[in-house]
This record gives sequence, C-alpha cells and structure tokens, in this order.
Amino acid sequence: MKNVDQADQAHPLLESFVELVRRASTDLPADVEMALKVARDQEAAGSAAEGALDTILQNVALARANSTPVCQDTGVPIFYIYHPPGVSTQSLRSQIEEAVAEATRRAYLRPNAVDSLTGKNSGNNLGVGFPTFHFEAWNEDFVHVDLLLKGGGSENVGVQYKLPYSPLEAGRDLEGVRRVVLDAVYQAQGKGCAPAVLGIAIGADRGTGFVHAKEQLFRPLSDVNPNPQLAKLEDTLLRECNELGIGPMGFGGETSVLGVKVGAYHRLPACYFVSVAYMCWACRRARMILQTDANRQACLVGEVEYK
Amino acid sequence: MANYNLTVPISDEDIRALRVGDTVNLSGVIVTGRDAAHKYMIEHFVRTDDVPASEQALYETLREILQGSVIYHCGPVVRQREDDGRWEFVAAGPTTSIREEPYEAEVIEHFGLRGVIGKGGMGADTLQACGEYGAVYFHAVGGAASLIADAVKEVVAVHKKDEFGVPEAFWVIRVEDFPVVVTMDAHGRSIHSEVERKSKDALARLTYSVD
Repeated sequence: MKNVDQADQAHPLLESFVELVRRASTDLPADVEMALKVARDQEAAGSAAEGALDTILQNVALARANSTPVCQDTGVPIFYIYHPPGVSTQSLRSQIEEAVAEATRRAYLRPNAVDSLTGKNSGNNLGVGFPTFHFEAWNEDFVHVDLLLKGGGSENVGVQYKLPYSPLEAGRDLEGVRRVVLDAVYQAQGKGCAPAVLGIAIGADRGTGFVHAKEQLFRPLSDVNPNPQLAKLEDTLLRECNELGIGPMGFGGETSVLGVKVGAYHRLPACYFVSVAYMCWACRRARMILQTDANRQACLVGEVEYK
Repeated sequence: MANYNLTVPISDEDIRALRVGDTVNLSGVIVTGRDAAHKYMIEHFVRTDDVPASEQALYETLREILQGSVIYHCGPVVRQREDDGRWEFVAAGPTTSIREEPYEAEVIEHFGLRGVIGKGGMGADTLQACGEYGAVYFHAVGGAASLIADAVKEVVAVHKKDEFGVPEAFWVIRVEDFPVVVTMDAHGRSIHSEVERKSKDALARLTYSVD
C-alpha cells in the first residue's frame, strides 16, 4: 500500500482537481442561476414553465447544500487548459485523470465512459479520449483550467450547418448564420433541457468548429462580444430564439435560451460551417487558477484559486 | 389543470382521468430502464416467443413489478453504503425519452405499463399506445437530479448492473411523491407536438424571405 506522503508527491494537485470537479458538478455558476431566477419571474403564474423553473431552482439549492450532482448526467468532462511553456501537460493530464476517477468514486460523477465496440462502461470515467483535453500554451505565468460538464441530452442536439443551406435560404453571411441557429433551437425543442446556453462558432473546420463553439460556453452570460457585429448578432439571436416559444423543458413559455455566445474563425474558401454547441440549463462550468514556480516549470499546490 | 396523488399499480380508470398539464405526485415501486434495457426487453421478451432460460427469472420479476406501474427513463448516480452494502440514489433526473420511441409502444403493451417517466416527450407510436392500452407520458424536470433522488426512498433491487453498467441497469426503486407533469395523455393530446407546431410557425415568421 502506498502511504499518503508518497501519493501526495506523485499527485500533488489531486485533491485540488477533485474539488474542481465537485464544484462543477454540484453547483451552478452564479450568473446562470441568476438568469434562471429572472426567467422564472417572466413565466405566467401557475404555468408548467414556471413550475419547471421552480423545480430547477429548488434542485440547484439542494444540490449545493448536499454536495450532490445538479444533474445525474455529469456528461463528458471537457477540460480546456492554458499553461506557460515548460509546464508538463503530461503531469497535469495524469493528475486530472486520477482526480476524475476519484470524483467518480465519491459520486460527484456518474460513470459515463462506454466502450463503443463492446458497450462496456469503464466504471471510472476514463477511456480512450475520455475525458476530453484541450491544451494551449500561453505567455501568462499561471495555469488556467476550465472545466465543462456537458450531458448527453444536450450534446445530442448540437448541430453543424454547412452554408449555403437551402431549406432555410441561409447564405454565407451573418443573416444565414441567424437562420440556421434559429433552426437548431427549433429542432432541439425541449430535448436538450431548455432553457439553453448556445456556444456558436462561425468558420473553422468541422472538428475545431465544435471545439471553438464549446469554448464560447465559458464566457459569462453578461459578457459582451468585443466585435460589434457579433455582439449585435448575439442580442438578436437571444431575443428571437425566445420568440420561438419552446420554453423551459419544451413546455412552451417565454424562455428557451438564456444566452448566445458567438465566435468567428477563419475558414477555407470552400467551407462555411456554423457549429452550434447546445448547453442545457445546467451549464456546469468551473475554473481554477494555479500559480507556477519562478521557472514556470511546476504548479504550486498552495496557490489554487477557484472562479 | 389538476393535481393528483397516484400510487402504482394505477388503474385504467385513474390513468384515463389524467389530461395534459395535470401534475402528479407518484408513489410506489417503479423501475428505471433506458437504451440498453429497452433493446434487451424487445429482443429477449417482446419480439420473441421463446424467452431464454437464463433470462426467465428476470422476466417474471419485471412482469410482476411493471404491471400497472411505470418505467423511468433514467441513468442515476448511485452510492453503495459502507455499513450494509445497500445502494442509494444520489442524483436521478430523467434522460431523453425519444431514443426509446422505436420500442416503447410494444413495451407498454407487453408489460401493461400505465406510463413512462422521462423528458423531452415521445412520438406518434407511443402516443397511440397510450390511448390504446391506457397509459400516459409523465414528464419529469430534466436535470432536477438531486431533488428527484430525494423522492427515491429505497433501492429495492438492481438487475443487469454488471452487464449494462450503472446508468443502463434496471434499478427497482420505491418512490414517494415523485413530481411529474402529464405531457402526453390517453386521449391523443401531446404538449410536445403542440409546442412543436407553434414554434414551427414562429420559425417560419422569423426566417420569412421576400423574393
């Protein structure tokens, strides 16, 4: 048996990463919870939509108090990690994997990694390409870890359009983007657990389109897009998606979408993709900041900050 | 819109009294089953005259529990108690039901279900089976997992856990006052198809092009 000290030396950040997972699974970001409260007050008194949002808000409070998952579908843990050059991504990855398995043992996560060939669940959320990691070196001297827990219901209604898209007369411009995003929300109905947060990437290739679309989901709901054209599109889409009247859970109602975040990326001349990442109301994102030592080589355990 | 307290097994008369929009607090012994469970039931029990000997015991168990009861589309987070080894539900919201649409009507008929609990609604085949055999679609609030786990008072048994994995297993659970909304009734009405129709009109208005 390993003694505790040895374990700590091999995985100094293990408990910190378990705590990141716990926070993501058992609580909602304050801006999302506030948006749900605002939405509740806008629904008609006594409506099924109001009832659904009341239940959602009670559930969020209970999950926080009991430290139990907000939603049983704790999804794919998706990590976006920004780090100074020199920090070992291998070490970060192995410690995070160990933390994910430990968080599963502690019932913060449901075992969700299923072998596509045999159908066997690995039981600890570890598998080939599971969880998901995106590493990017940057010039800051700290490590920034973003975690998103994205469930299968919402993942199933995500969609990628190729413009032009003739059924909606959607051309290769922002008007075309507006049309297909409205279609995506219409197609999803209540199946992705509306009200949703939409992360949208215009451009890129098929694969990175969704990577960027999910990156957009880390922006706070109040964040205003620095590009005025995209800021305007986000406002328009937020208003118009809610005019669809799908409502919480698809019961019909005033709020189908809590936020719309759009990024634009360079594309090939021949390709114009619009990737829509549909995130359920349980928009479980969490962030931690790790300070590094003077040489930017190692992460310092004592300096963990959660956001 | 009325509010009902119902305990399984539910009678044909009681289920047909429910209308879309009604809220219900459900109690009694129900069973979770989702993708793997539905595929298994169809292949081993429903679309065959020959239940394999190895599956006979489970077949009898499920028949007894499900008659007049409901299947819950759910893959829970569970915890095993250290003292007595019993299982507990930690988080247990509904999963998206439409994936079971190819199977559900036959499962309702075969087992005499009075309903299914899930989220997102189901299609025309299930709606028709609801009218024909006396069943409804109960919508639970998606993601309300900790709240619903609170209504699960006991894990009575679990079947196929090792074969299907925790989310996909048949969990036999006793619930008290499980809060649901009727969104498809035994009279042919579905909130889901009504909302879909209205939102389709709204989409057409928002994407109208002048040629």
